[in-house]
Amino acid sequence: MTALLSLSGVHTHIGRYHILQGVDFEAAEGKTTMLLGRNGAGKTTTLRTIMGLWRASAGSVAFAGQPIAGLPTPSIARAGIAYVPETMAVFSGLTVRENLILAARDGALDDSRLQWIFGFFPALKKFWLSRAGSLSGGQKQMLSIARAIVEPRRLLLIDEPTKGLAPAIVGALIDCLKEIKRAGVTVLLVEQNFRVAQEVGDDVRVMDNGRIVHRGSMASLAADATLQNRLLGLSLDAHQ
Amino acid sequence: MSATTDTGAALPRPKIDFAPALAPFLIALIAAPLIGSTSTFITLTFASLAMGLMLFTMASGFTLVFGLMDVLNFGHGAFISIGAYMATLVFAPLILWSQADSLALNLGVILLAIVVAAAVCGALGLVFEKLLIQPVYGQHLKQILVTTGGLIVVEQLLYALFGPDTIPLGLPTSLRGAFHIGDAAIEKFRLLAVVVGLVIFVGLTLTLNYTKIGLLIRAGVENREMVEALGYRINRLFLAVFMAGSALAGLGGVLWALYREQVHASVGQSLTVLIFIVVITGGLGSIGGCLLGATLVALVANYAGFLAPKFALVSNIALMVAVLLWRPRGLYPAGGR
Amino acid sequence: MMILSGDPPRGRALVALLAVIVLILAIAPFLFPGAKSLNVAATILVYALLVASYDLLLGYTGIVSFAHVMFYGVGAYGVAIALYGLGPSWGALILGIVAALPVSVALALAIALFSLRVQTIFFAMVTLAVASAFNVLASQLDWLTGGEDGRSFQVPEILRPGFRLISGRAFGVELNGRVLSYYLVFIACAVLFLALLRVVNSPFGRVLQAIRENPFRAEALGYRIVYHRALATCLSAAVATLAGALGAIWQHYVGPDTALNLSIQLDVLVMVVIGGMGSLYGAIVGAALFVVARNYLQGLLGALSAAASGAGLTLAAGLLHPDRWLMWLGLMFILAVYFAPTGIVGRLRGLDKGSG
Repeated sequence: MTALLSLSGVHTHIGRYHILQGVDFEAAEGKTTMLLGRNGAGKTTTLRTIMGLWRASAGSVAFAGQPIAGLPTPSIARAGIAYVPETMAVFSGLTVRENLILAARDGALDDSRLQWIFGFFPALKKFWLSRAGSLSGGQKQMLSIARAIVEPRRLLLIDEPTKGLAPAIVGALIDCLKEIKRAGVTVLLVEQNFRVAQEVGDDVRVMDNGRIVHRGSMASLAADATLQNRLLGLSLDAHQ
Repeated sequence: MSATTDTGAALPRPKIDFAPALAPFLIALIAAPLIGSTSTFITLTFASLAMGLMLFTMASGFTLVFGLMDVLNFGHGAFISIGAYMATLVFAPLILWSQADSLALNLGVILLAIVVAAAVCGALGLVFEKLLIQPVYGQHLKQILVTTGGLIVVEQLLYALFGPDTIPLGLPTSLRGAFHIGDAAIEKFRLLAVVVGLVIFVGLTLTLNYTKIGLLIRAGVENREMVEALGYRINRLFLAVFMAGSALAGLGGVLWALYREQVHASVGQSLTVLIFIVVITGGLGSIGGCLLGATLVALVANYAGFLAPKFALVSNIALMVAVLLWRPRGLYPAGGR
Repeated sequence: MMILSGDPPRGRALVALLAVIVLILAIAPFLFPGAKSLNVAATILVYALLVASYDLLLGYTGIVSFAHVMFYGVGAYGVAIALYGLGPSWGALILGIVAALPVSVALALAIALFSLRVQTIFFAMVTLAVASAFNVLASQLDWLTGGEDGRSFQVPEILRPGFRLISGRAFGVELNGRVLSYYLVFIACAVLFLALLRVVNSPFGRVLQAIRENPFRAEALGYRIVYHRALATCLSAAVATLAGALGAIWQHYVGPDTALNLSIQLDVLVMVVIGGMGSLYGAIVGAALFVVARNYLQGLLGALSAAASGAGLTLAAGLLHPDRWLMWLGLMFILAVYFAPTGIVGRLRGLDKGSG
């Protein structure tokens, strides 16, 4: 098993706040690694630091063996990392099509790949020429993920994709995440919904107070209720 | 694949806000009976159209630069002045062309002036952006101060290079005078200004809607960070927009100099005031709002200039206040921010 | 230290510089009996007050206004119109000031409520537009303001040059109405400056600075941002109005070019930045430096320019032309914003810290 992404001793400050206090973990190539933890544990900051949207004040981030900490965000993206932020950040004034055209930065949209995406997100085909701002929350989430996979990328960083979505859409997202994994893409997924984590996760990293407090396989965490309770506390109960 | 309840749901039609776009017609409707004479009304309205499109040309760069990068460039007017002086530089040696009784030569000299002004202002925009604006990204207070300082320095440099006196700039032969439709006069140069302004508006609109760079600009106005996360260097994009905006200001400066038939370094400063009213009224950051704001400002300036000449600028302030009372962010602000 | 509201200049070099400036200004009529020098001194006084009131907005509240000189103009025109219309009496003078103040405050309040609600950057743009319109308006209303020509007027008897306080001389200088005018301006400016110092060191002043540093935090603490910013705008407008009144009393003349022009606004901006934003003492240093430079730097530039044109360097001669002095100050201004955002005052204070 080789690590596609590895963080060691990463510290990040935001203003006066010391958010990440030495984050160490690896994400294996081709696997879906879950990043779990309470609110405020530093999960979103970890993704943003990897993406270069916050600058790490110490430590190193390596992607496919190359150090990427300190690189500007566009260079990190061009190295092959795609980001689906918690806010989805679809360009609401642009159409679905235009959003995807921008995401396909190497040229024209690849039709077979589009058909693959339409397979699990049929809504995007239906609203192809509609403004993204007029989509529902779930559809925006689909568009945001579609943007990340419209061209092949090696690593996806996805931040709480199921937050605030209706159960039926969560099902569609789970299908999509499994499909992405089948395609061999490495995923680092922040998720509060334990059911989703259980279904798609291979490995799991649990954060608390800006550090990784547990590393293991998703299956073993799912089987150990005591460990879940100790590591995830309330966030576990909230989702059961 | 699992069918979701969501995919079948009807999409709400995007609401288009038509009311602000009707404002120019409302103003024309109010002004018409006050002006009385139909021919005067037509003359004034056409003059407004020309002035509005010139203002739009000059203001569009300012508003895009703000929309994309949150940069308020108080030195924008400097490029208008530079463009105006470039016109005098091109016209002086080509006096034979502009005095020839040939529309082609006459338009040629104007086209050349426009190209030179746009090129020089675009290049200087690069210097201005790198030197003055880049070090103070994200700091509004310092941006305002530094770009104001830039305006002072450029204006003084222009005085040093071209002297402090007003330089007259004659219109080419075939653009003097007016076409007459009944009693209404359509000045020839204004017709040219309308054509150039419309070409720029259409060009900008097409660029923003149908080219990848235009999509990137619109996306960047909404969410800079996500554009970077998709792998695009927004600073380069911004630099390009800044240069284009400066070039448009220079182009507008050429038109304005020909419109007033004179050039002075203070023109940039005084037009800055009008441009601010335009973008505040239209809504910062949007091209459509900019066109609407420019049209409104020009209509009010021309009608008021006819009805109560002393209060033309004051009436524009009144317009701005009225709009802000109605829409505190202007008529069509960018990205609904 | 009560008189300085517990906010002394700090820093030995700065204290020394301020002491020299204030001392020279205090005895200027006896030090430089010439009309030009006294005029320079009085201009420094009025500008120092105007700049200090601007700093309350720019330095302490963190908002840029381009309409500050408009309020100065309101004060100046108030005095001019009253004295011109009602004759040179103290009653008319006071009436002019009392009438100008509410006009300024109402204008300031209106601008603030309009533009500060949305974004502070709107404020900069709106003030520029309003100030230009006001300038045009004042130039157009001939019957009231004298139009482009402005208004010359008489001041009350004892402030006129012809008036003698005592028949003899004191330290070799006639104690005429001009000297009395100077001291009227001096004392009024000193009192108002100290009052401003009191304001910025009051709880209100600290709230303004808290808002400037972090608006969101200040709002979370329960301070109403718009209210405080609007109040600061009104207060600074009121002081600018009084500065305008003093300027009018000193000059016996008010016109668009001396009381409303945008170039004066830019001068004020240059003075506050070079002197030092966020410290009222910067206003004194900035105004003194600027006014002296304007009056004497031009001579220096003229000499350099003549030398350059003698050497056949036409462009250099153009750049060094005395009328281009503002360009050099503009460059200094830009450099100050980048490298010395705390201005001369900040640099001098730093000097002291550096030496222990």
